Amino acid sequence: MSDLISLSIDEARRRLDAREISSLELTEAFLARIEATQGKLNTFISTTPEMARAQAEEADRRIASGDAGPLCGIPVGVKDIILARGTRTTAASAILKSYEAPYDATVVARMRAAGAVLVGKLNCDEFAMGSSNENSAYGLTRNPWDTDRVPGGSSGGSAAAVAARQCIVSLGTDTGGSIRQPAAFCGVTGLKPTYGRVSRYGVIAFASSLDQVGPIGRSVRDAAHLLRTIAGHDRLDSTSVDNPVPDYCSALTGDVRGLRVALPREYFADGLDDDVRRAVQAAAQQLQSLGATLEDVSLPHTEYAIATYYLIATAEASSNLARYDGTRYGVRLGNDSGLLGMYRKTRAGGFGPEVKRRIMLGTHALSAGYYDAYYAKAQKVRTLIRRDFNSVFANYDLILAPTTPTPAFKIGEKTDDPLQMYLTDIFTISANLAGLPGLALPCGSSADGLPIGFQLIGKPFDEETVLRAGDAYQRDTDWHTRLPQ
Amino acid sequence: MTDFEAVIGLEVHAELLTASKIFCGCSAKFGAAPNENTCPLCIGMPGVLPVLNRQVVEFGIKTGLAIHCEIQQRSRWSRKNYFYPDLPKGYQITQYDLPICLGGHVDIRLEGEDQDRSIPLTRIHMEEDTGKNIHDAHTDASLVDYNRCGVPLLEIVSEPDLRSSAEAGAYLRKLRAILQYLQVCDGNMEEGSFRCDANISIRPQGATELGTKAEIKNLNSFRSVERAIDYEIERQTKAIRAGESIVQETRLWDTDREVTRSMRSKESAHDYRYFSEPDLLPLDVSADWIERVKGELPELPDERSARFVSEYELPAYDAEVLTARKDVADYFEAAVGIHRNPKAVSNWVMGEVLRIVNDRKLDQELVIEAWPVSAQQLAGLIALIDDGTISGKIAKSVFEDLLDNDKSPASVVEEKGLSQVSDSAELESIVDGVLAGQDDKIAEYRAGKEKMLGFFVGQIMKKTQGKANPKLVNEILRKRLQSN
Ligand SMILES: [Zn+2]
Repeated sequence: MSDLISLSIDEARRRLDAREISSLELTEAFLARIEATQGKLNTFISTTPEMARAQAEEADRRIASGDAGPLCGIPVGVKDIILARGTRTTAASAILKSYEAPYDATVVARMRAAGAVLVGKLNCDEFAMGSSNENSAYGLTRNPWDTDRVPGGSSGGSAAAVAARQCIVSLGTDTGGSIRQPAAFCGVTGLKPTYGRVSRYGVIAFASSLDQVGPIGRSVRDAAHLLRTIAGHDRLDSTSVDNPVPDYCSALTGDVRGLRVALPREYFADGLDDDVRRAVQAAAQQLQSLGATLEDVSLPHTEYAIATYYLIATAEASSNLARYDGTRYGVRLGNDSGLLGMYRKTRAGGFGPEVKRRIMLGTHALSAGYYDAYYAKAQKVRTLIRRDFNSVFANYDLILAPTTPTPAFKIGEKTDDPLQMYLTDIFTISANLAGLPGLALPCGSSADGLPIGFQLIGKPFDEETVLRAGDAYQRDTDWHTRLPQ
Repeated sequence: MTDFEAVIGLEVHAELLTASKIFCGCSAKFGAAPNENTCPLCIGMPGVLPVLNRQVVEFGIKTGLAIHCEIQQRSRWSRKNYFYPDLPKGYQITQYDLPICLGGHVDIRLEGEDQDRSIPLTRIHMEEDTGKNIHDAHTDASLVDYNRCGVPLLEIVSEPDLRSSAEAGAYLRKLRAILQYLQVCDGNMEEGSFRCDANISIRPQGATELGTKAEIKNLNSFRSVERAIDYEIERQTKAIRAGESIVQETRLWDTDREVTRSMRSKESAHDYRYFSEPDLLPLDVSADWIERVKGELPELPDERSARFVSEYELPAYDAEVLTARKDVADYFEAAVGIHRNPKAVSNWVMGEVLRIVNDRKLDQELVIEAWPVSAQQLAGLIALIDDGTISGKIAKSVFEDLLDNDKSPASVVEEKGLSQVSDSAELESIVDGVLAGQDDKIAEYRAGKEKMLGFFVGQIMKKTQGKANPKLVNEILRKRLQSN
């Protein structure tokens, strides 16, 4: 059984197609693994074993009829902020405690069409607001490498489940680093695609101009398979872009010769953990040894990224979360307190403290008299940050940087200090502000034995180059193959 | 005492006649069972995203071109944030800083004036309508119907350049006519598909600064708009004369008591926290698109009115009245097409036909097929007058018999034996019968009392139940009265 849960998508595909194993057997192996480890890790908010078995049987029929694509019969997990018809979808919030998704998100519909098997809905920070998965109304998720530590967030469940081999691949969302930071903390590979590459339809919105769905897997190759399935224009999301979707796996040639890689000075400044610095520099040299060129560059507006992000993201969130008012669905409190009383009690009781903090911050940033000083200014800085990247990408193919300043921190270590918590996203936020693809992958181990990651940021819609470089690195290293005990 | 002038600006919300809503595929039709026309999107379920209905933009461009606006090749969507049960997302998607149309004007002419006045417009923007809150008296529960939620609206904002309720009424009627001609809005004020808020202030005659304004809501008929403006001008004038100052506020028109009442003051006004809608791209309208719509614009009220004068030789007043509504003008042309006596058709349409249509409140319908007398019937009726079969007076009674059925006027005349008596011999004997034994009255006539003629005509008409050909009767009478 343990060999089944360790399979890559390609390995599983070969054995499924050869009829050595069935999707149902594969699915049962993962369901058993979830059963055995969920109590310790709390990676899932809901598991969907019945749906999974039915999908596995359907996948087996498709495989038998020779109609199986790369993902057919492959067990996947989905962040609980993404709607899947027939599942409870909570966004890790008490306010959606018993909310049944009435429709499929486009990414889910595409995975279903590809024959993927949905094993459950993964834990995360409430409405994707957080960097440690400690803001879930359904309990925190633990890091499989060290259960006293956080898995990162907000897609902490998605990264931890892949690391703990509860599913082969998973879907997360990334608004300011929510795929890449937990991927780094959990020693797995996660991609935030270009803004507009993947449909947001059916993804519960946190910050609409920043949110993007992406794959998490144990290798670049697995992530590439899942990206291929979910990417592409969607009529239902006006911000999704109608660019052709390349075959990402065939882009994984292993060849990075001549690739011009930029190292932004601002990402290697003081405050970077020594272990992280060493591991990331080693990763850069690895790519150099494979034929890429390295050069230091500057992204001068980096220091404003966090402030900019926390104005834009919270402003959009304050509006996106207005619909949770107790009127039509979800939790309603204060039914006898009049309209205003119902609004107040529902939202006071339904939202957790971090969500309320961000709604207040965002409401303030948009208020008359403050709009120009905060929101409008943040939009201007966002443009400057985007220009920083444009000018680097005029001469380089990729940017290489650490994913996080430190490895996974201890549970409770930063919960009392929101600003310290926000700083953990310092290296990931800029790619969201600029809408660029960012790949996080493991490149080392700390003195405590915790995974360390680095990230590759690419040009808009150039996921191919990002994935090619990441895959070439993984062909030459084994960090991604290491598993937590 | 200082004389004051009123400064009035109108904001019109016109619901568009698109088949589906502005951001989802639900039907935009009025009149479905509560919440029948809804889907996850228009009730604001988690995860939904708006998809723009291009027809709404097309209607926006069309309207903008018809009222001489500058169509903006790039506009954008914004969110207007506030909490209310009829607003499922907690924000309304609208246009704020960059609307689709800027400028423009609507030309009006008041009764008795011989020149148009051009009312300048500020802007037109597109937005989604809200749902409707309903209070259920039986259960004391508040209910919400989201059928209207997401129905596309155009908000057409005039400059504060109207000076009286009469101008405001003329502006609204003209604007509604244009929207109806364009077939973008049915203009139904009672059902709320054509709504109006009025901003009203007053200032000393000749002043250039604006006074403090009140915004008047709940104006659901032309009459309400006009009455509310008159009331508000009077209220503000009295207040200022009494040394009070006007408070900037929103006031509600009370249709029953015919007064405006304060609803909320500026201090308690919402902070809508507008920001640009991240779920939609900026709206780009190509020059080609604008050109195509321009080429497809239908004939509009002013053009049609001018054509009625030149083509049918109607008085300007008739042309104006007939073309003020597209359905009326269509009806007129249909009737004239069958029987070409434009002035007679015009008289009948402006008289009998509009009386019935207005009585029955069919003035909200755009379909003349629903009218109680068809254009064909009216044309047939006028033809019977013109060929001498019936008199104008008889025609009025035949008209009543034509209501709500598809009988031909000729068959009604035949059925009821209403044909005019135009047979000279028959009429002569009737005249003789009436004159017999009336020697004193005949003498009075001969002595110069001309009006006795009317008396005799009346008697003859009475005897023939109005069917005698009045022209012939006159001729015969005169002849008989002159000869001895
Ligand atoms: Zn709908």
